Amino acid sequence: MFGIYLKRELSRRKKAALVIAMGLALGIALVITVNSVSAGMTQAQDKVLKSLYGLGTDMTVTKARSAPKANSSQGPNFKFDAKQSGTSTQSSDRVMTQGGEALKSSLVAKVAAQKGVSAAVGALSLNVTKVDGSFTQGKANSSTSSSGSQQQGGPGGTGGGSGQPQVQGGGADFDVNSYSVAGVDVTDQALGPLATMKITSGKTFTSAQTNAKAAVVAKSYAKEKKYKVGSAIRISGTKYTVIGIATPDSGDSTTDVYLPLKQAQSLGDAKNKVTTIYVKATDSKRISVVKKTIQSNISGTTVTTSSDLASTVSGSLSTASSLASSVGKWLSVAVLAAAFLVAALLTSSAVSRRVREFGTLKALGWPSRKVTRQVVGESMVNGLVGGALGIALGLAAARTVTAISPKLTAQLGGSSGGAMSGGPGGGPGGGGPGGGGPGPQAAQNTLEIALSAPVSITTIALAVGLAVTGGLIAGAMGGWRASRMRPADALRSVS
Amino acid sequence: MYRLTGVTKRYTRGKETVEALRGVDLTIADGDQLVIQGPTGGGKSTLLQMIGGLDRPSAGSVELDGVDLGAVGEAKLTRLRAEKIGIIFQAFNLIPTLTAQENVETALVPLGVRPAERRERAAEALRSVGLGERLAHVPSEMSGGQQQRVAIARALVKKPRVLLADEPTGNLDEGTRDDIMALLEGLWREHGLTFVMVTHDSSIARRAPRLATIDAGRITLTEQGSAVRRDAVQQQYAQQRFGGHGY
Repeated sequence: MFGIYLKRELSRRKKAALVIAMGLALGIALVITVNSVSAGMTQAQDKVLKSLYGLGTDMTVTKARSAPKANSSQGPNFKFDAKQSGTSTQSSDRVMTQGGEALKSSLVAKVAAQKGVSAAVGALSLNVTKVDGSFTQGKANSSTSSSGSQQQGGPGGTGGGSGQPQVQGGGADFDVNSYSVAGVDVTDQALGPLATMKITSGKTFTSAQTNAKAAVVAKSYAKEKKYKVGSAIRISGTKYTVIGIATPDSGDSTTDVYLPLKQAQSLGDAKNKVTTIYVKATDSKRISVVKKTIQSNISGTTVTTSSDLASTVSGSLSTASSLASSVGKWLSVAVLAAAFLVAALLTSSAVSRRVREFGTLKALGWPSRKVTRQVVGESMVNGLVGGALGIALGLAAARTVTAISPKLTAQLGGSSGGAMSGGPGGGPGGGGPGGGGPGPQAAQNTLEIALSAPVSITTIALAVGLAVTGGLIAGAMGGWRASRMRPADALRSVS
Repeated sequence: MYRLTGVTKRYTRGKETVEALRGVDLTIADGDQLVIQGPTGGGKSTLLQMIGGLDRPSAGSVELDGVDLGAVGEAKLTRLRAEKIGIIFQAFNLIPTLTAQENVETALVPLGVRPAERRERAAEALRSVGLGERLAHVPSEMSGGQQQRVAIARALVKKPRVLLADEPTGNLDEGTRDDIMALLEGLWREHGLTFVMVTHDSSIARRAPRLATIDAGRITLTEQGSAVRRDAVQQQYAQQRFGGHGY
């Protein structure tokens, strides 16, 4: 009787049942969408972190750069000689360690020996700024000068007082090319900067190439500079042969050129130094404990775990993630609450319209629990239909997001510490030492990640749970009203 | 056997209190037939609800076989209604989505009768009121008279001790009214039920062996005939419509 009665009643009140189901469906679909997008955000953040950290890397050990001392220049310095010839090309490479103060290589072994550490590998980050170009000499204005002497100077140069020769023309034309270099421990490439890279052309370093003049170049940089396997790269006068082209597993590469660690140390004048120690823990669940151990045993270092790093992610990924976790979740809660309320009110209203029906059943001797069960049963079916519709809608929405794959950018790290400064040099009698280049620069990496919206079994289970809850809430309200009905009151109200 | 002693029922509507019944004393013997008549708002239906255990008196007692219906718990009262009391309503009160057979089955649900037996007994009850061909029809597919027959079958399918009818012919035309009355009289006689009926129809009231007139909550009893006359009245109804059917 329960099933037949339930089926007939729902068929009779199709429209009302559909309104309740659709309300619940919308709420549930929104929850699924927000959940799946949120999961997509987490995946995107993981991708960002993996691309920066490397697979298997649980934390990094670095040392913050100390404040520059007074009268000391932290910026690169380029020296070009003044030459008498009209135009001459000059080039200078400035190599600086990047990402923090260099650590002694011996610390790598010390970190590796800490309790809970499975492996530790050192790497050196360098920033190479190549400036090449030429100066053009200025010419003295003969109409105001009898000496005819030539002086170098830029356009902004001042010639001098009345009766003095004036210099016109001249200047400088320099290209600045800045790129990042990572020195990697070729004996353990599973951990460190190359761990997230896949060799798509050529090959990677062999463990014997600890000091080889070989380089692996990131695909994007190779494309920009037209490097191929076999090409030569000249850094600070040293020639390296490109042995492989590598592509990051996800996002963009944050390093342009990979060299054996020893070579990078030579270039950066950082013998037996590393800037980052990549650490893998024995148990991924005890990362925070290992972090504390390293911090307490090796003073002066900064240990950064992936969760620490995640908090520094900014850009549209961070904004979207915040939106999904705050606005999205609250919106879901609000829509769900509204859907539950509407379902409860509609069910309650339906019970009011069926006063005579329930009053009759009670007069026939139906106990209140049987009447309540009938109302709750109908609501549960509404809830489950709503749940099914909601899951279908939610899956469709999640698929749409995945199909569109909106691109999100993630910026990691601090802001740029210095912009290129300096320019065409020259002053009065210019042509002397010029200067300019990047100041101290904190690492800032921008990655572009395509957003997907994966729907997990947990999310589906959550949706089913919400559907049942919605049905129960609505049914409880309607059932409560029905159970409180006295048969005489019910019959009297329609007579 | 019913024994009503000083039954009073008050309703409060806002600040106003209305006394629907005022100290009603009444005894109804097993197998007796009582017709309650009176003006609208006089307290007829309220008295029937007290007798049927659908409501509780504000004062006094309603005893059925020694059980005070106003004092027992809700669960016991519900069980008592399910087992002993069959009720027929003026507006039939059938569940619109259920078929005639399913509507009759609803009276057996609280008794825990197994589905197969429930279906069989419901079909038999419908056949006994002349609706053997209408088992699968929903109320909207039946006339008023047929719907009331379904309601009668529903009231009787559980073999109650008491049959209560609240204006059972109030929504029916004259011809159908006589059909239904003949049916009810026949069933009363056949099953030896205690039959209490509320009506505003004077022609029905005049033929009742025992008449209770209720006005402004006070009851006046009139004995209209002996047991012999009762039998004659019953036969008269039966012969009018169902002479050959044995009702």
